[in-house]
Amino acid sequence: MIDTHAATDVTSTDTPAVSRGGLPLDRVPLAVHDLTVAYYRKPVLWDVDFEAPEGKLIAIVGPNGAGKSTLIKAALDLVPRTSGRVLFYGKPYRRQRQLIGYVPQRESVDWDFPVTALDVVVMGRYGQVGWCRPVGRQHREAARAALEHVGMGDFAGRQISQLSGGQQQRVFLARALAQDARLYFMDEPFAGVDAATEKAIVRILHELRSGGRTVIAVHHDLQTVPEYFDHVLLVNLRVVAAGPTASTFTSENLQKTFGGRLTLLDQAAHALASRR
Amino acid sequence: MLRSQGLTPLATDLDPSRVAPRCAGTVTRALRPFLHGRRGILACLCMASVVLLAPDAAVGGTETHPEADRSLRAPATWQLPSVPQVMRVLSLRDYNTRVVVVGTMLLGAGAGIIGTFLLLRKRALMADALSHAALPGIALAFIVLEAAGLSGKSRFGLLSGALVFGAAGVGAVLMIRRWTRVKEDAALAIVLSVFFGLGVALLGVIQRMATGNAAGLEAFIYGKTASMLFSDAVWIGAVAGVVMVVCGMFFKEFTLLCFDQDFAGTQGRSGLLLDTLMLGLAVLITVIGLQAVGLILIVALLVIPPAAARFWTHRLPVMAVIAAGFGALSGLLGASVSALAPRLPAGAIIILVAALLFGVSLLFAPARGFLSTAWQRFRLERKVGQQHVLRALFESGEPLVQQAQGKPGAAAAAGPVPFAALLAQRSWSPATLRRLLAAARRAGLTRRDGDDAYHLTDAGLAAARRAVRNHRLWELYLLTHAEVATSHVDHNADALEDVLDPTLVAQLEETLAAQHPHLAAATGPAGEGPAVAAAVPPSPHRLPGQGAQDVPAGRAGNVSGRR
Ligand SMILES: Nc1ncnc2c1ncn2[C@@H]1O[C@H](COP(=O)(O)OP(=O)(O)OP(=O)(O)O)[C@@H](O)[C@H]1O
Ligand SMILES: [Mg+2]
Repeated sequence: MIDTHAATDVTSTDTPAVSRGGLPLDRVPLAVHDLTVAYYRKPVLWDVDFEAPEGKLIAIVGPNGAGKSTLIKAALDLVPRTSGRVLFYGKPYRRQRQLIGYVPQRESVDWDFPVTALDVVVMGRYGQVGWCRPVGRQHREAARAALEHVGMGDFAGRQISQLSGGQQQRVFLARALAQDARLYFMDEPFAGVDAATEKAIVRILHELRSGGRTVIAVHHDLQTVPEYFDHVLLVNLRVVAAGPTASTFTSENLQKTFGGRLTLLDQAAHALASRR
Repeated sequence: MLRSQGLTPLATDLDPSRVAPRCAGTVTRALRPFLHGRRGILACLCMASVVLLAPDAAVGGTETHPEADRSLRAPATWQLPSVPQVMRVLSLRDYNTRVVVVGTMLLGAGAGIIGTFLLLRKRALMADALSHAALPGIALAFIVLEAAGLSGKSRFGLLSGALVFGAAGVGAVLMIRRWTRVKEDAALAIVLSVFFGLGVALLGVIQRMATGNAAGLEAFIYGKTASMLFSDAVWIGAVAGVVMVVCGMFFKEFTLLCFDQDFAGTQGRSGLLLDTLMLGLAVLITVIGLQAVGLILIVALLVIPPAAARFWTHRLPVMAVIAAGFGALSGLLGASVSALAPRLPAGAIIILVAALLFGVSLLFAPARGFLSTAWQRFRLERKVGQQHVLRALFESGEPLVQQAQGKPGAAAAAGPVPFAALLAQRSWSPATLRRLLAAARRAGLTRRDGDDAYHLTDAGLAAARRAVRNHRLWELYLLTHAEVATSHVDHNADALEDVLDPTLVAQLEETLAAQHPHLAAATGPAGEGPAVAAAVPPSPHRLPGQGAQDVPAGRAGNVSGRR
């Protein structure tokens, strides 16, 4: 399914066919050039330049208010860009929607909404179902499978307000999985989940990666960044550093990202040391 | 829903056999591409509206002819309606009543459906802003029409003005929200009051024009249901039909938009487009309903039925249908009541009926109603309390009871437990404990001994054994299956067997027996069913009197949030 999408979408556009890294652009899941985003008159992201490698787990790391969520939303056309260009597999977002999944921050919706967990997951298939058409059996099955996959099969018929926070998070994850995308954006997928759920989510991320998918996730726990992610993007209103975790996730870069918040850095240093 | 609430009798009364098959056939054919599965219910609604409106042609009514009937509906002084009058209104034999009732029912149904989405999109007050915004449109249209030498009474002209300004009001709210930092509630308040102020000013101008035609305008403010004409009802039916069909077609898109606008964007569903469509429908239904209920009250038809429907269900499609039904029912009852008592303005009665439905839903709806929630909580508390008492009594004399098991009079073997000892077992107040003990005694589960001591009856012993066994198996289950247990904790299990499969239960029982072979009792009394006959497994942790935590009580606490 994915490959047919890719095949039909390779036809050329006015954009250069090669990325800065020398790769053909349609092999680059996300290429951001000179992106600046402002809310009203206050820019919250300046001149972001970033190319995501394919088939990797990429962490976006930065302090609160650094513009991590904003970066994702600007890439997905959810907030207007002041300047800059974002390409997904070489094309603008509106032509690649099907290939891109999104797991928003859990707080972004009203959970007292009269739908069941399965209904929410089915929403991930709407792009494939098409306008004004009913959700067919196979889409429903796919949604159920995604729900099983995140260990929420027993909750399919549950009204969503009766789910715990971590369960809601997993429902959102299932919704993105149901979409069967090639590139996933996840805004704090580990927020407020217990250790077991975190492991389960990591397992799913690894499965996605071995399926050739790319995942870009906002992650706050510096200790686990090296363990979970292949690449990092350090953000604080601008891109501080980006690249493979081993070479980029250094205490020097963290210092630049987080400033003098020493306790954090100490923790991270411990984490790094324990890895070596 | 709608059918069961009165459409079916109407339809039969009007003898649909003459017209209905043709209309219904056409409509179904036209709608078939859009209406499938559970949305078929919307098709039913649409067909019902066609069936209901169409027979007027067959009956032979025209707009001008049955004015005479009005005399029946407007006695000079107010008096209790006579039985024939009531019958006549209820059976809808009277042409005007029929028009008004059908018109308001359709309006209510359409408003209920689109209102459901407005409510879930947290846009309930948008309807208020847009209906108020329509007033200057009406006034301006009137002025223009009069200036052009046409009659200011042209409904079409006035409603066009209302439509344009209503849409402008909605647009203004959206623009203010989008382009400034003013929040939506403030934007609504500003637009509502400014447009309404403009309308009032224009009405002042009209009064000075003194054309003598201006009197009809206040119908738009307070509503004038009783003067609804056949053509009005047809228009309302058409708009309600459009609302239902479009909502049916875009049901899943609207749902997605209301739930998660950002995600809708990532699925290629432009929020702006869907928003425009949704609010456009709201504008249509509001404008078409202005004359019936007035611009002050129309918002109620959009908000109250969906809010009431929310108490009955957790499923959006069901909620939309119930909201439509409530809207229609409000229209039916409101119009009927005001036909019987013409001094009472129908618009207000309709809203009051809707409010009554809301009140009933709030109290009695089984899904989220106040009484059912309270009742469930009460029952749960009572049950949990009773189990605590039984367990406390059982565990106080546990070794003795276990030994005496199966023998006659086993219950007495434990001997009476003094009140103070029971009180020490758990953190309950003396009053609570006495209340629980009294309840258990009334239920025949405990007996009181002379000086404030208690023991279990035979029935109480059986119940206590069941409770204790179940409790301990649950604890063991939570200990051994912690990773899956959370997915089962919502089950308010009287017995583990209701939730877990029998082999697992057997396994758990074996585990318990294996861990404490010396404590496991061999058999229970015969003939008490499997749950009772099974031995009571020993507690895997210290007994409550020794300060152990109380897992099932916490578990039971979760249950109240269930469903
Ligand atoms: N809708 C908005 N309107 C105005 N300013 C906003 C809006 N959303 C975010 N901001 C501002 O933009 C900045 C970046 O916000 P963003 O949500 O991207 O941060 P973040 O990196 O995701 O932080 P967190 O870790 O807390 O989620 C913050 O300073 C915030 O105040
Ligand atoms: Mg954020």
